[in-house]
Amino acid sequence: MNLTLKIWRQKNASDKGKMVDYKVTDISEHMSFLEMMDVLNEQIINKGEEPVAFDHDCREGICGMCSMYINGEAHGPDRGVTTCQLHMRMFKDGDTITIEPFRAAAFPVIKDLVVDRTSFERIQQAGGYISVNTSGNTQDANSIPIPKKDADDAMDAATCIGCGACVATCKNSSAMLFVGAKVSQYALLPQGQVEATDRVLNMVAQMDAEGFGNCTNTGACEVECPKGISLENIARMNREYLSASLKG
Amino acid sequence: MGGILNSSIARKFAMALSAFFLMFFLLQHFVINVTSIFPNNGKTFNELSHFMGTNPLIQYVMQPILIFGVVFHFVMGFILELKNNSARKIKYAKNNGGANSTWMSRNMVWSGLAILAFIVLHFIDFWFPEINTKFIQGDWSGMHDGQLRYFHELQEKFVSPARVAAYVVAFVFLALHLLHGFNSAFQSVGANNKYTKGLKTFGKLYAILIPLGFVVIALFHHFNH
Amino acid sequence: MALDSKTPKGPLKDKWTDYKNHIDLVNPANKRNIDIIVVGTGLAGGSASATLAELGYNVKAFAYQDSPRRAHSIAAQGGINAAKNYQGDGDSFYRLFYDTVKGGDYRSREANVYRLAEVSANIIDQCVAQGVPFARDYGGLLDNRSFGGVLVSRTFYAKGQTGQQLLLGAYSAMNRQIARGKIEMFNRHEMLDVVIVDGKARGIIARNLVTGEIERHSAHAVVIASGGYGNVYFLSTNAMGSNATAAWKIHKKGAYFANPCYTQIHPTCIPRSGDYQSKLTLMSESLRNDGRIWVPKNLDDVMAIREGKKKPTDLSEDERDYYLERRYPAFGNLVPRDVASRAAKERCDAGYGVNATGEAVYLDFASAIKRYGTEQSKIHNISNPSETKIYELGQAIIEAKYGNLFQMYNKIVDEDPYRTPMMIYPAVHYTMGGVWVDYNLMTTVEGLYCLGEANFSDHGANRLGASALMQGLSDGYFVLPYTIGDYLSNDIRTGKISTDTEEFEEAEKEVAERIKFFINNKGEHSVDYYHKKLGKIMWDKCGMSRNEQGLKEAMVEIKALREDFWKNVNVPGDANEMNPELEKAGRVADFLELGELFAKDALDRNESCGGHFREESAELDGPQKGEAKRNDKDYAYVSAWEYKGEPADAVLHKEELEFNDIELKQRSYK
Repeated sequence: MNLTLKIWRQKNASDKGKMVDYKVTDISEHMSFLEMMDVLNEQIINKGEEPVAFDHDCREGICGMCSMYINGEAHGPDRGVTTCQLHMRMFKDGDTITIEPFRAAAFPVIKDLVVDRTSFERIQQAGGYISVNTSGNTQDANSIPIPKKDADDAMDAATCIGCGACVATCKNSSAMLFVGAKVSQYALLPQGQVEATDRVLNMVAQMDAEGFGNCTNTGACEVECPKGISLENIARMNREYLSASLKG
Repeated sequence: MGGILNSSIARKFAMALSAFFLMFFLLQHFVINVTSIFPNNGKTFNELSHFMGTNPLIQYVMQPILIFGVVFHFVMGFILELKNNSARKIKYAKNNGGANSTWMSRNMVWSGLAILAFIVLHFIDFWFPEINTKFIQGDWSGMHDGQLRYFHELQEKFVSPARVAAYVVAFVFLALHLLHGFNSAFQSVGANNKYTKGLKTFGKLYAILIPLGFVVIALFHHFNH
Repeated sequence: MALDSKTPKGPLKDKWTDYKNHIDLVNPANKRNIDIIVVGTGLAGGSASATLAELGYNVKAFAYQDSPRRAHSIAAQGGINAAKNYQGDGDSFYRLFYDTVKGGDYRSREANVYRLAEVSANIIDQCVAQGVPFARDYGGLLDNRSFGGVLVSRTFYAKGQTGQQLLLGAYSAMNRQIARGKIEMFNRHEMLDVVIVDGKARGIIARNLVTGEIERHSAHAVVIASGGYGNVYFLSTNAMGSNATAAWKIHKKGAYFANPCYTQIHPTCIPRSGDYQSKLTLMSESLRNDGRIWVPKNLDDVMAIREGKKKPTDLSEDERDYYLERRYPAFGNLVPRDVASRAAKERCDAGYGVNATGEAVYLDFASAIKRYGTEQSKIHNISNPSETKIYELGQAIIEAKYGNLFQMYNKIVDEDPYRTPMMIYPAVHYTMGGVWVDYNLMTTVEGLYCLGEANFSDHGANRLGASALMQGLSDGYFVLPYTIGDYLSNDIRTGKISTDTEEFEEAEKEVAERIKFFINNKGEHSVDYYHKKLGKIMWDKCGMSRNEQGLKEAMVEIKALREDFWKNVNVPGDANEMNPELEKAGRVADFLELGELFAKDALDRNESCGGHFREESAELDGPQKGEAKRNDKDYAYVSAWEYKGEPADAVLHKEELEFNDIELKQRSYK
C-alpha cells in the first residue's frame, strides 16, 4: 500500500519543530509499524537527508522504548500493543498517518519522535523498591505463602512496561496509571507492607514535582495501555495514599 | 491551595468529597421538588420548603456548608483544569480522544461551566429573593396572601418557555457531568474493584434519572399552569 | 599467555564455599573510596550494580537505553531455573549442575556450573524478597514448570514475562542505590572503548547519545555486562540495539574472546514473513510443555497447505508427523533447543515446511486443550461434556498459562492460535560464546570483568531454557560481589584514578577519529545494507549447520564486505547530536570483525557440539544416525582467541576442560 505520513521533525530539544509530509510506497500489510518507519528512513538516507529518530529496541512489545502517537492515539489504533507490535494491516492504502512524539511537559522532546522519560526514573527512585540487600541469606522463598489472587493481581500491575502511553494519552498528562501500577504491585505483596506508607507518599510527591497533571478518571490510559493495566490500580493507590496520609 | 491540598491525590480526594456532598444535596433537593407535583396542590411542597427555609440548623449550618461546597468544587475544578492544561504545553496536531474516553469525561469543565451558569440563574430566580425576604426584610413567615408562598413562586417561574428551555438544557449538562462525575468520585476515593460493578450501574441511573426528574417537574409545571 | 582458570582446588561441592572463606575483603570504609564501572544494566549488570553499591562501592552504571529497565533481559519469557526441589521430584544442586553440563554438551567449566547451581536457590529467595511476583499455586506457594532438556520441574516463572519481572527486581534494587547516590546512572550512554593503565582496566570512553559528547570515566575496575552478539546475524530475537561493541572493544584491548561459534538457535520463533523483517520474535520454550510439533507426513498435503487449499486442522492424526516425538521418544517435544532446531531444519530442508517460504513447522495445542478440558470437566463434575464445552474449559487453562504469548502471536501473524496451530521456525536467540573469563569472572585483562551473556562461562556449547536468567543474576548478585572484592583489596591505597592521562587521551582520540570518519565518509550504502548482507552470510554459512567449505567462504566474504563497508558506508547527520545511524555504524563495524572470528572459530572446531553442528561430524549409523557427534578426544577445550589486528590472524589459546565429577557421554534424548 501507499501512504502519506505527517511526521513531527525537531532537530533537538531547543528547536521549535514542525510537521513534515513524507510518502512511502509498497508497504506490506504484514510489516510492523516500525518496519514501515525503517523503509521510510532507508528512503530518506538514500536521498542524503537525516532519517527520523525514534525510540525502539526490543520490537516485541516489552522494553517500553517505542513511543509514537499515531493518528491521535498512543501506540496507534490497535489495542493491547506497543508501536512495534502495531501492524500495517490496521491501515488502508492511501491513508494519511499523523505521527507525533508522546507529548507532556514532563516528557520533553529530545529529537523528532524521541522523548525524555527520565521523570519516570525519578519517581521509581523515590520509592519503587523494597529495601532488601543482596545477601543470599534472605528467608526461603516459600516461607511466606501469598494468596494466588494477590500474587496474580500484583503480577498484573507489575507488567507495566513504563512506556508512558498513559501520560501521552491522558488529556491531563497524568502519570497516575504508571505510579498506581507500581504502588499496587508492592501494596499487594506482604514484602511491600513495611515501607508502604513512605513509598506511596514519596512516589506521589515525586510524581507531582515532575509536573504531571492530575487524574480526572477519564479512563483513556487504561484503554491505550499496551499491557492493559487496570484503573483499579489508581483506585488502590488513592486508598493507599489516603490511609498513608492519615498515618502521617 | 496550600497545606493538605498540596498533593494531586489530596486535591482529587477533596474534589470527590465535595462532589459527594453536592450529589447528596441534589438528591435531597429533588425529593423536595418532586412533592410539588403531588396532587395536593403543593401542600407537602410548601410545608417542606418552609421547614427547610426556616430551620436554624439548615439555614445557619447546612446552607453555608452547601455554599462552600459549591464554591470549592468550582474553584478547585478550575484550578485543576488550569494545572492539567499546563502539564502539556505543546498540544497534539491530531488527537483522537473519542477512541479511548467519553465526551463527558473529557469535557467536565464545559459541562461544569454550563451548570455554573444555571446556578447563577437559579440564584437570581430563587435564592436572592429568598435571602432578601428573610434576611433583609426580616420576613420569616413564609406567608403570602394568607398562604405559604413557595409553591406559588415555583409555578410562576415555569411560565416562561425560555426559562424552562434553559432549565432543560442545564439539566442535560448536569446529566453529562454526573455520568462521568458520579463514578469518578468513587474512583477518586479508591472505590473501584470487582465489587463496585453495581455501584457503577447505580451511578449511571442516578446521573440520568435525577436530572430527568427535574426536567419532568419543570415541564409539568409549565404545562399545568 | 597461558590461560589460568584460577579454579579453586578441592572437591567440587566445597570449592565456592572454601573460596569465599579465604578471599581478601575490602573493609567498608575503604569501599567508599573505590569506583567501579558497570557497562550494561540487564540482569547481570543491573544486579551487579545494585549489589556492589549496597556493599558500599561507588558504581557508575551505563546503558544505551533511556532506562536500565529496558535492557533486553526484559524480553526473556519462560522462566528461571533453581534447584529448590519444591516439587520433591528429585532435584538437587548436583542434578542442576549435571543437566547444565550435559545440556551444554560438555563444553563448560565444571566448577563454574556447580557454583551456578549452588547459588540458584538464593536467587529465588532474593527475588521474592524484592517483590518479584512469581506465579503461585492455590496454596500460595511458588509454582514451577518444566523446560527442555531436563526431567524435573525447576523453572520458576511470572506468566510469560519472567525476564521482565526479574529485571524490574534488579532495577528496583538499582533505583534504591541511585536514590542513595551510590549508583551514578548514565542512561543513553554507549561505551566505545576501555582504557587500560599499566595493564589494568581503569576506565572507559563513552559517548553521550543525546549530545554526542565523548566522555572519559575512570574507575578501579570495569565490569562488562553488555549481553550477547546474536545481532551479528542481523535477524535474531535480540533487541535492535543489542550489540557486541563493549565486548569486542575489550577483546581488541587484550581480553580473549571464547567460543564465538557457540550460538543458540531457538526452535520456537515466529517465522520470517518478508525481506523487510527487522527482527524475529520468540515464542517461549514453555509452549513446548503443551504444544506438539509436527509437519504433514505427505508432501501433497504440504503443497495443499501452502497453496491454501487445505488447513492444518483438516489433517487427521495419521497424516501428521510429530517428528520430535517420533525421533526422541524419551524427551519428545521437550528435547533441548539445539536438537529441536536442527530437527525443524531437517524437515523443512526435506520440503515439509508449511508456509510460503517453506520455513515453518506447526506447534499445535489442540491435544493439550482437549486434555485440560477433559480434566477440568471432571473437576467441575460435568458429566458427558460436549466437545465445545471441553474446548472452552481447556482453552481457559491454556489462556491462563500462555495468554500473553498467544495474544502476541495473534497480533503479529493475524491468526488465532487457539483455533489453528502456531507456525514456528528456529531463530538466533542467544550466544553461549563470549569474552573468556576465569573463575573470578575476570577477563585476561586485570581488573576487567565480564558477566552474563557477554561472557562464555556456564553454558558450554548449548544453553538450557531458563538458565540465562539464572546465570545473569548469579553472576551479578552472588558471584562478582565476592570475586571483585578479592581483586580490589589491593587497590585500597590507589586513590582516585585520574582521567587526565595519556591512556585516556589516546583512547578518546581513537574513538573520536572513528566517529569523524563515519560522519565524513558520505558513502553509497546505509549501515543496514551492510548489516543485512553480513546477516545473510552468517545465516547461510554459520547457521544451524556448518561445513568447512562454507566457513572458509564466509571468512572471505565477511572480510570483503568489511572492506567495502569502510569505503562506502553512509552515515547521515552529525557527530554532536543524537544520531541513531552513527550508533548503528559503530556496532555493525564491530560485528563485521566478530563475524569473521566466528567463522574462524567454527572452522577450527571440527566437531559437532551443542549449537555448533559441523556436517563433517555426525553419527553415520546406529540408533543415533544423523545426530551430532562430539569429539572429546580432540576438542574438549575452550577456544580463547587473542586479537592480533585482523580477525583472521587471531591466535588460539586452549583451556583444556577437565571433567572430574561428571562422566562424558554422548548426549542422548531418545
